[in-house]
Amino acid sequence: MSKTLTAAKSYRTLSGLPLDPVYGPEHLAGFDAGRDLAQPGEFPYTRGIHESMYRGKLWTMRQFAGFATAEETNARYRYLLEQGQAGLSVAFDLPTLMGLDSDDAAARGEVGKCGVAISSLADMETLFRGIPLSDVSVSMTINSPASIVWAMYLVVAEQQGVDWARVSGTLQNDILKEYIAQKEYIYPPRPSMRLVTDSIEFAAQRVPRFNPISISGYHIREAGSTAVQELAFTLRDGIEYVDWAIERGLPVDSFAPRLSFFFNAHNDFFEEIAKYRAARKIWAYVMRDRYGARDERSLKLRFHAQTAGCSLTWQQPQNNIVRTAVQAMAAVLGGCQSLHTNSLDEAYALPSEHAVTIALRTQQIIAHESGVPNVPDPLGGSYFVEKLTLDVEKAANDYIRNIDDMGGMINAIERGYPQTEIANASFEFQQSVEQGESVIVGVNKFTEQQEQPIDLLQIDETAEPRQIERLQEMKRSRSQTEVDRTLAALRRAAEGKDNTMPYILDAVRAYATVGEMCAAFKDVFGAYTETSVL
Amino acid sequence: MDHKIRVLVAKPGLDGHDRGAKVIARALRDAGMEVVYTGLRQTPEMIVNAALQEDVQVIGLSILSGAHNAIVPRVMELLKEKQMSDVLVIVGGIVPDEDASQLKHLGVAAVYQPGASLEEIVEFIRSSVKQTA
Repeated sequence: MSKTLTAAKSYRTLSGLPLDPVYGPEHLAGFDAGRDLAQPGEFPYTRGIHESMYRGKLWTMRQFAGFATAEETNARYRYLLEQGQAGLSVAFDLPTLMGLDSDDAAARGEVGKCGVAISSLADMETLFRGIPLSDVSVSMTINSPASIVWAMYLVVAEQQGVDWARVSGTLQNDILKEYIAQKEYIYPPRPSMRLVTDSIEFAAQRVPRFNPISISGYHIREAGSTAVQELAFTLRDGIEYVDWAIERGLPVDSFAPRLSFFFNAHNDFFEEIAKYRAARKIWAYVMRDRYGARDERSLKLRFHAQTAGCSLTWQQPQNNIVRTAVQAMAAVLGGCQSLHTNSLDEAYALPSEHAVTIALRTQQIIAHESGVPNVPDPLGGSYFVEKLTLDVEKAANDYIRNIDDMGGMINAIERGYPQTEIANASFEFQQSVEQGESVIVGVNKFTEQQEQPIDLLQIDETAEPRQIERLQEMKRSRSQTEVDRTLAALRRAAEGKDNTMPYILDAVRAYATVGEMCAAFKDVFGAYTETSVL
Repeated sequence: MDHKIRVLVAKPGLDGHDRGAKVIARALRDAGMEVVYTGLRQTPEMIVNAALQEDVQVIGLSILSGAHNAIVPRVMELLKEKQMSDVLVIVGGIVPDEDASQLKHLGVAAVYQPGASLEEIVEFIRSSVKQTA
């Protein structure tokens, strides 16, 4: 009896959406294939944003990488490009992400640990030495100091003689999900939103091929949300950015084509596919009906996917290769534009070169051996996948409406609404693992007593002192007068209403540091402290 | 013996990934303990002061960034300075085996790596605090 009970209880998606024993036409009553599905490349883009999808162009295989100093990371980038990777993705260390220089007291022990340490233009020059920014698109995962790091990147491009109109890449620059999930914020939400809007405006005017923001559900999911929450909070964040840009006076079609998204690729295979399909559909309607966007590119939700870091296990780490392959397959079947596959050792550390190669090969096997990319949206028309897409869409729209009713995402964040929803979901999941309702292979089932150790990447302990030495040497050689002048101008710009980007660029050219620029902003904007939600 | 066990759950360092800290805090509370959560970006000084003021028997440190070798020894040192060495210190997070043994050498009572069960942690705290009481 208890067996039936358990069985009945477990047939739900990872997000808790109920699953029927089998799906058929009765599940799609009222579903209009012409309207709800259309063809790949047609509104509402449920089936994908391109008519031919991967026949036209494979997704970009883009492995997130960065560790120690700019020199070591530059070597890893060159290696990845030699191995056939098409784009780069920069991981910054925690001090950089928090707007602190490597020689800041609060940075002790954290320099170069979770990513590469970048304190000034000098580090950025080293990071991209020998890498032509005219040919390689670069994604940069940074938020609070995003516009500063982007300015450094643009100056390096300029030094290489590359016209900004030709520079392509993506800046994460999604501050809202920091308050919601990842917590790498510096200033309060409203001035932070102003900086984001500055970069969206600057991109629209000066760097038209660059995505100034990657609206991210990834971290929301990693913090423990369900797939539905990930989707809903991310799209509602997107709405918030659009509102601010429109408020700034930008016509929607002048910036919306360059909004990009970033989703998690988690374990529940079909739910993930449904999530990507629903994401495109919801966004297409939002852009068309809520904002009156006309340009087709404004309606198309483009996204990067990364397999779920939080699903990787410390136990039996080789199993992570398999988890990642399944998750990556879901992202491809869901029509991603670029993909990062995690490495088997990432529950322990940043990946070794060996592990990252297997992760890249996983994508290459899906791309070139599995046959999956040969036909766009091969699951389209499946009773189950279509019904699940509708269910995910509806559940996400309910959340979006709730947040609209609260007066938008900033108000919702200030009330702790998304934070509480995520904390509840994450606690419930952990309990279901404890009780064995959710199985994690190698952790709460099929465990082994003796485990083989794996080789891990060791971050050279000399990275921190070397980086600090470099930074201090750079500070001695720059013109302090220029630094003071540009920082003062930056502070005035922050106090006023001008777009801050040109002032940031001036300070960057004077080799002012990330820490100095963030401190200037903090003087004007203040610092944010959250009320913790348990 | 009816006194509730008092625990400070702390998140030192720059990292903001607080999923684990929050789940643990809630699980300990559900297990009948009195839990104080410090919030993010606490220095060792702030943590030890909070532990003193809240009069806790246990400090749980959640560290995922690899900065444990810089942070934990400092916490242990401060506890010694303030004659609080009887406070049970537990570390949870991404701590490789070699580092875990070193931390235990410094007086850390237990190090929990990814995949550890909540029940195991609750039991460990209950039995260890009882022993020292």
